[in-house]
Amino acid sequence: MLNDLASAVIVIVAVLFVLLTTVAYLTYLERKVLGFMQDRLGPMEVGPWGLLQPLADGIKLISKEDIIPSDADKAIFRIAPVISLVPAIISFAVIPFGRDSFHFLGITTHPYITDINIGILYVLALSSVGAYGILLGGWASNSKYSLLGALRSAAQVISYELNAGMSVIGVLILAGSLSLVKIEAAQSGGFWHWYIFPQIVAFVIYLISGIAETNRTPFDLPEAESELVAGFFTEYSGMRFSLYYLAEYANMIMVSSIATILFLGGWNSPFAFLDFVPPFVWFMLKVYFFLFFFFWIRATLPRLRYDQLMKFGWKVMLPLSFANVIVTAIVVYMVRH
Amino acid sequence: MQMALFAYFGGAVVLSALFVVYFRNPIYSAMSLLAMFMHIAGLYVILEAEFLAGVQLLVYAGAILVLYLFVVMLLNVQSRGRFLQRQTPLVAVIGIFAAVDVIALLLHTRFYPELPAIPHPGVPTLGNSETIGMVLYTQYLFPFEIASLVLLIALVGAIVLAKGKLKYR
Amino acid sequence: MFSQSHPEHYVPIFLFLLVAVGFGAVSLTVGKLIRPKNPYKDKNAPYECGVPPINDARERFSVRYYVIAMLFLVFDVEVVFLYPWAVDFDRLGLFGLVEMMIFIFILLVGYVYAWKKEALEWD
Repeated sequence: MLNDLASAVIVIVAVLFVLLTTVAYLTYLERKVLGFMQDRLGPMEVGPWGLLQPLADGIKLISKEDIIPSDADKAIFRIAPVISLVPAIISFAVIPFGRDSFHFLGITTHPYITDINIGILYVLALSSVGAYGILLGGWASNSKYSLLGALRSAAQVISYELNAGMSVIGVLILAGSLSLVKIEAAQSGGFWHWYIFPQIVAFVIYLISGIAETNRTPFDLPEAESELVAGFFTEYSGMRFSLYYLAEYANMIMVSSIATILFLGGWNSPFAFLDFVPPFVWFMLKVYFFLFFFFWIRATLPRLRYDQLMKFGWKVMLPLSFANVIVTAIVVYMVRH
Repeated sequence: MQMALFAYFGGAVVLSALFVVYFRNPIYSAMSLLAMFMHIAGLYVILEAEFLAGVQLLVYAGAILVLYLFVVMLLNVQSRGRFLQRQTPLVAVIGIFAAVDVIALLLHTRFYPELPAIPHPGVPTLGNSETIGMVLYTQYLFPFEIASLVLLIALVGAIVLAKGKLKYR
Repeated sequence: MFSQSHPEHYVPIFLFLLVAVGFGAVSLTVGKLIRPKNPYKDKNAPYECGVPPINDARERFSVRYYVIAMLFLVFDVEVVFLYPWAVDFDRLGLFGLVEMMIFIFILLVGYVYAWKKEALEWD
């Protein structure tokens, strides 16, 4: 019991550290990737190749004045960014980053914080709780842009969360478990066991829903700067603003991790002869592939209109996810019997 | 240990439920409700009903409360002050009656002999979600199918209620 | 193969929750020590392109948001029913398949109704 707790504490510290540095450097990477895609260099001034840019941004954000609008609901305005951030962070508790247990200071540690039987349910539930931070922040600001952005965002998040939840069902039928550790283990033994092949429709649905849920381009309507200034965080500044930012990037990493685990086999290597590469590295490679994909999409696609976005979610994605569940169920039944 | 956890989660549920009623601003009430849903999920976890805990978060915290918030924001209920409403004395009297009723019921019911604390005997080796699935889709097949009809009615009802307002263009 | 419920597996989640809340609190408190605090009336006015804001921002808004939330609630409950069914798919066999198809069919009727009543439109 004590050993379990100690190992949990070690992994929590490690996960939080990796998560925060990844988020910090994602902002840098995003600007670099966008820069190169537009034939620019991106941030170059702070440190060699602008490598210290995230540090400079952090110092700037933490030392900025925290402006609270006079008409705002002060208590909710203050805690809303934390409500947004906490679910985004703690959903990482069930993500298995690797296969093997390892030893640290003589304590046997797992490559995940905890393995619960309802892993995927836990992640989906927390992602819906995160929407409250946005909704409350926008409402508490008492600014028209904020409120509109918040409402749009909440409606968008719930619409696409439905599709994300539906697309997972096919994988659950194949794996027969809700635990992310078991879903990963079920895909071992070469890339042809990965669920992306039997569940290609679900994969596409999940990826689109994930981009929409994290409010990224082309679905970044809640923060559409050409019409809503900055959407739900128009009135936020300094550290509270950066907590929202942190939550958005943490959610991006989360969506990438879930896509990796459900459809790309998680830490599994594609070929047996590549097994010498540590599982952790495979996991990270796949996650970074998805993160790069996020940036790529942002550099490529223009923003949708809000009615198009909602119509697409309810009239295209939802019937597709329904069809995917039905077809998967029937085909799996016929194959197994 | 389990007792202490129960005391914490149970106490937090009661406290946040009280705050739901006390707050005069409906948004604050909704937030207390969110805290209550989370602690109920905690209660489910210590009861080893983890699937229910997940569903509690997903459905109540993730869907029903969003609906509440939308309705509250839609109606734009204006309110001043944070605590205690005018009808408090009346509510207190009704509340005392209700409390006496509940306590009387609790005292007259013998829980332990009637309710088996162990999972369904037919599927003793399965995990929590698996057990729920096996029992729900075999033994409780009929209520399950009825549930889809109830959901259908809810959906139709919502559209009919909002229909007049949906039409303007 | 099947793990029974382990409430103790949720202890790390609880710890992580405390750490995450602590992180938020600490980062905000540290900022409080460093950052300037110089509010005045115009700075604290809600942003409205430099124009003084006209009445409260919390106006009434479209009922569509309510309809979307209601539709979401209904289908979310349906998805919740799908999870244990998907996990038990093999054990339930043909019986489970047929009963879930009936369940989904009934809800598809509702979906078609919503579509026909233009509850899914946004213009």
